[in-house]
Amino acid sequence: MSIVSKKLRNMVIPVAVAVASTLTFSTSAVAEWSPKKPIDFVIMAGKGGGADKMARLMQSVIEKHGLSSKPFVPINKPGGSGAEALLHLKSKKGDNHTVMVTLNSFYTTPLRQPGLGVDISTFTPVGRMAEDTFLLWVNVDSGIENIDQFVAAAKAAGSDWLMAGTGKGQEDQLLTTFLNKAYGLQIKYVPFKGGGRVAKELAGNHCNSTVNNPSEQLGFYEAGKTRPIASFTPNRLPLFPDAPTFRELGKDYVYFMQRSVVGAPGMSDEAAAYYRDVFARVYATDEWQAYMTKKSLMGGFLTGAKLKSYWAREKAIHEVILKDIGEI
Amino acid sequence: MLGFGIALEPLNLALVIFGCALGLFIGAMPGLGSVNGVAILLPMTFLVPPTGAIIFLAAIYYGAMYGGAISSIMLGIPGASTAVATTFDGRPLALAGKADQALITAAGASFIGGTVSVVLFTLFAPPLAEVALAFGSAEEFALMMLAFATFIGLGGDDIPKTLFSICIGLVLSAVGLDIISGEPRLIFGGLPGFFHGINFLVLAIGIYGIGEMLWTIESSSDGVKVSQASFGVGRIVLHLKGLKNTLKTTLMGSLLGYFVGILPAAGATPGSIMAYGMAKTMSKDPDSFGKGNIEGVAAPESANNAASTGSMLPMLTLGIPGSPTTAILLGGMVIWGLEPGPMLFVEHQDFVWALIASLYVANLAAMLINLAFIPAFIAILRTPFTILAPIIFVLCLVGGYAPTQSLHDIWLMLIFGVVGYLMRKLDYPLAPAVLAIVLGPLAETSMRQALIMSDGSLMIFFERPISGTIMGIAIVLFVLPAAKIYRSSIARKNN
Repeated sequence: MSIVSKKLRNMVIPVAVAVASTLTFSTSAVAEWSPKKPIDFVIMAGKGGGADKMARLMQSVIEKHGLSSKPFVPINKPGGSGAEALLHLKSKKGDNHTVMVTLNSFYTTPLRQPGLGVDISTFTPVGRMAEDTFLLWVNVDSGIENIDQFVAAAKAAGSDWLMAGTGKGQEDQLLTTFLNKAYGLQIKYVPFKGGGRVAKELAGNHCNSTVNNPSEQLGFYEAGKTRPIASFTPNRLPLFPDAPTFRELGKDYVYFMQRSVVGAPGMSDEAAAYYRDVFARVYATDEWQAYMTKKSLMGGFLTGAKLKSYWAREKAIHEVILKDIGEI
Repeated sequence: MLGFGIALEPLNLALVIFGCALGLFIGAMPGLGSVNGVAILLPMTFLVPPTGAIIFLAAIYYGAMYGGAISSIMLGIPGASTAVATTFDGRPLALAGKADQALITAAGASFIGGTVSVVLFTLFAPPLAEVALAFGSAEEFALMMLAFATFIGLGGDDIPKTLFSICIGLVLSAVGLDIISGEPRLIFGGLPGFFHGINFLVLAIGIYGIGEMLWTIESSSDGVKVSQASFGVGRIVLHLKGLKNTLKTTLMGSLLGYFVGILPAAGATPGSIMAYGMAKTMSKDPDSFGKGNIEGVAAPESANNAASTGSMLPMLTLGIPGSPTTAILLGGMVIWGLEPGPMLFVEHQDFVWALIASLYVANLAAMLINLAFIPAFIAILRTPFTILAPIIFVLCLVGGYAPTQSLHDIWLMLIFGVVGYLMRKLDYPLAPAVLAIVLGPLAETSMRQALIMSDGSLMIFFERPISGTIMGIAIVLFVLPAAKIYRSSIARKNN
């Protein structure tokens, strides 16, 4: 297991370093822009959640390695599934001192609430830092060890089978809807605040299953309380080699949560280059790489036009999923 | 014992003391609060090793719990939701010139609460984690009902006005994002500032800070009222000795606060309110509560400190923060490579015991620092109102801005100030509204989650053993005041 993860890491780091060094080069060639005041580091989620933890890790890495001449000041704007944060960023058009940490509500919230008038293609791409993975989890007390047993048990329970997840119309519910459709189930979805809380609901047997990220369920998994049944990834995760992918099980379904940094719309090219450089360096640090390995995160550093086209693709995918489940 | 070795290392000891002093200051400033304090200082912790870092942050958290009582007592403004209950009797005591007694009792009760809870933590952490795990949405809702039931009894004689005040708080707490559907609601036609809801501090500082100031200006338009507060070392000793009179209340508050604190999501606020309610219910002289009964300071202060230690338990053993501040601490631990959760006690024993040992040390340090600063706090009370008022006003503005960094909230706070003034004038109790805005979202979320699980059947709250028992107690407490009124009206008729 550790050999596999080491391999993965060894592969990722040289690539990242290469990306970082080219960026450094190009930045210094363009212009010597640097921030004039502390940078607003908007977090599209509440304090203590997954996105918040990651943002504070980035902030700490920036501080520790002195990657920015001015500090990044985290500001949480969790309201309206990210609507508040998106509106805030939109209103900062042309601002060179506002960047934001985003997740998948970056696509889903503007799709579900067209009234906000938010067009994510106008935002300045800074960097995709990672893609978080999802697995299907059950409590070990249930005795369920594979997908067949899971389907049998969930079928028998009908709508009494409870899936705990984070928020309505968000990642966890999209995955629940997938399971219901793919296997003809009637799982009932109960939203909670935060992935940590969801993980605890499963460990305490208050629900029957969850689709947590590895980082959220890891503690209970290691304590022998919960078990991964299958993963929503293209390949098996090094941390959970016994959990097959849904692709292996004959359902071609892969789903990721992006962890990206985005700048205000209309940010100057020099400033955008500065932030791209900062976050490329963050990505290449040992701390970030260790975190990615430990939390079973995937995905390389993306920026510029590549990140924009990644967003366009993901947005299209989410539009299809949301239409499919009747959210829009 | 190993833990004490680490906690008493010179660097760690210095961090504890520095953290406590800083926390005390942060807690005493209305609006700064431990959440912001810990969040701002998190990156600084990279300068020291992880164990030192968490000790430092825990000391700030701890110090802030002590400090919260200071602005509650001296200014009548609760700096954090955990200190709301302390204003009920702490403020009247200060106005009556007994600020020193209130402050010393608060410090002493906090110390006892903290110590009792750390001892419980040391002895029973793993089994208590199982208790926290057994609490689901239904149990959580039952607990919230218990908290609401407690403060129906607190509102004094006028129950309709108390209910009205609770309803105002509940409506305000519903503003913003609907937790279940994710849709915005009650946002006044889509004003962006309402998307994040109405923060507790905006309401509390508005009502207590600005409202109280308007009230004081009206009631002392001719002259400036200066509280007579004296102070001396002799009085410290006297009041510390007096602590034993409130010992029963303090111990009860400590136990109650601790058990409420270990439940995920509850945090220290419901614990401190319930402790206050319980102290009043069990008192021989319940009518003196709210008018300056020292037990009304001892109960919530012991409970909120006990709960803050308690809320570390779900954080460390389950990886679930029991309060917003522990959520930040949790983030910190992840950054330092310590994975909270069931395995922490197995894999990082040295860290866990060092943290627990540092809580013992922090507790003692915070009390001593607090006592040392009391003369300075007393001096504040002697400051003429004309000098104090502008300073408080600025503090209020900062406090209203800090939690969300939005100017919108400052305007909202000023409006609440006027509302608070009018409510005082019309003799509506303010505390139920402020507490409802804290407890409302917790109650709503857990109720709706439980009802989704049960397909809308209310029986889920009564069928489960833990939830059923708590609900039963809550119903008795709801009915009790009504029964009292009924009895007294019968008695009046007979006379």
